[in-house]
Amino acid sequence: MILLTCPWCGQRNSSEFSYAGNVVGRPDPDQATPREWRDYLYLRDNTRGWVTERWYHRAGCRQFFVVERDTVTDQTRDPRAGTVSLNAAEPPTAEPPANQGAP
Amino acid sequence: MARPGLGRRGGIRPPRYSAAGLVSHGLTHRDWTPMWRRHELEPGYDVVIIGGGVHGLATAYYLAANHGISNVAVLDKGYIGGGGSGRNTAILRSNYLTPEGVRFYERSMDLYRGLAADLNFNVMFARRGHLTLAHNDGSLRTMRWRAEVNKLQGVDSEVIGPDEIKRLVPYMDVSAAARYPVLGALYHPPGGIIRHDAVVWGYARGADARGVHIHQDTEVTGIDVAHGKVTGVRTSRGPVSAPVVLNCTAGWSTLICDMAGVQVPVQTFPLQAAVTEPVRPFLDAVVVSGSLHVYVSQTDRGELVFGASVDPYPSYSMRGSLDFIEGLAGHVLELMPSLARLRLLRQWAGLCDMTPDFSPIMGPTPVDGFLVDIGWGTYGFKAGPVSGEAMAATIAAGKPPPLIAPFGLDRFAEGRLLGEKGAASVGH
Repeated sequence: MILLTCPWCGQRNSSEFSYAGNVVGRPDPDQATPREWRDYLYLRDNTRGWVTERWYHRAGCRQFFVVERDTVTDQTRDPRAGTVSLNAAEPPTAEPPANQGAP
Repeated sequence: MARPGLGRRGGIRPPRYSAAGLVSHGLTHRDWTPMWRRHELEPGYDVVIIGGGVHGLATAYYLAANHGISNVAVLDKGYIGGGGSGRNTAILRSNYLTPEGVRFYERSMDLYRGLAADLNFNVMFARRGHLTLAHNDGSLRTMRWRAEVNKLQGVDSEVIGPDEIKRLVPYMDVSAAARYPVLGALYHPPGGIIRHDAVVWGYARGADARGVHIHQDTEVTGIDVAHGKVTGVRTSRGPVSAPVVLNCTAGWSTLICDMAGVQVPVQTFPLQAAVTEPVRPFLDAVVVSGSLHVYVSQTDRGELVFGASVDPYPSYSMRGSLDFIEGLAGHVLELMPSLARLRLLRQWAGLCDMTPDFSPIMGPTPVDGFLVDIGWGTYGFKAGPVSGEAMAATIAAGKPPPLIAPFGLDRFAEGRLLGEKGAASVGH
């Protein structure tokens, strides 16, 4: 990946960004069983294909944002716009989470 | 292990390689016999190994050589040694931090040292000496710690100062004016490099000679599980039944585990490496800098091989990136400024399956008969022989030997994580 599109700053060098992980739901610490909590800590889907994940514009606006990325080709697209796709044949698959933008 | 109708299959020994054979072949120009044969895919095997890299082939070899289990198929979707086994930087060492880690990798070094004689195949192991540089007090302290742990386990390691480093690597900038001054290094004389393709080919030849079937271009498309027990695999060339299936893949280990319905805490990251044009030999030792995320060695052909740490985000992409090459060049020149005019020949990436504790996952899974030897991160190649030996013992005995017992998949659920910081400091 060479460029990544920040929703606030536009296209920037990918070296300005930090990967902040897959968008996964955190179980309620008071309710979760130890097994659920360990699954949350350690298990990741490791999807081969499109994933929804958080990135952090470390050397720019320092905001977190959600982006969709194909882990095979490293192409990215904006999940909110739905139309800004580098791979036009592939429609966006995942809905952006409700807490988008939060760290 | 043998089932009715699937007894042990005898092998045909290939001619032994020797100096006399080389001369006679050179004079007569007769064709060399192939190192391993092609076979039709049989309907069933005692053991199916997915992944024809150093781990899978070593397991097959030791199954046949140590345990007499030769009704084994090794399946690879591409060609053998085309994944991590052919993409690593071929560095061997055993100077880890934890006693368990040191013992494990020292066993691997033992096997590597005797491998050429064992396999009758020149694997070109070169004992070069291995330097892990310390650029700050914290890492110097860790080097001392590692040196003491190593010595207690009988592994030759010591901390040396800049003068001694300069003597071993004359082209290194050890001046105090450097941006990341070299304060010292962990010197590990038994460390070195090897020809990684030769290791793969040697194991394949040895396994083939003992009756193992090596199937290239055979992609596993599904794993059949009935009543919690594995019954076989489906492949691009047809189904194969097997009571034992071992996942020895890297990069695809989670996809294979998904086929069996086994969840593993693994994420796939590319690790990039690069090689320069060949130059005269000037660098004997293997030089690693954890702070600068770079390791350098010179091959027998004269090329400099550079490696780095894994890319900062998970991906299955095996493309090189400009980011990487810029960072790498800067860091290498920081260590050896005189390399500035050297040209890079090529760069590539291999896939590393990282686990939460930077340790591999070896042994049984919740699916009976489905075993894993995965999550080898950035340190899989140097562990190839020992994990092959241990996985073969696991299959033969039905349970993992004590050497690899702590590396089970159940450790994550039970909270027994293994922190191997000697491995985690830098991809190597």
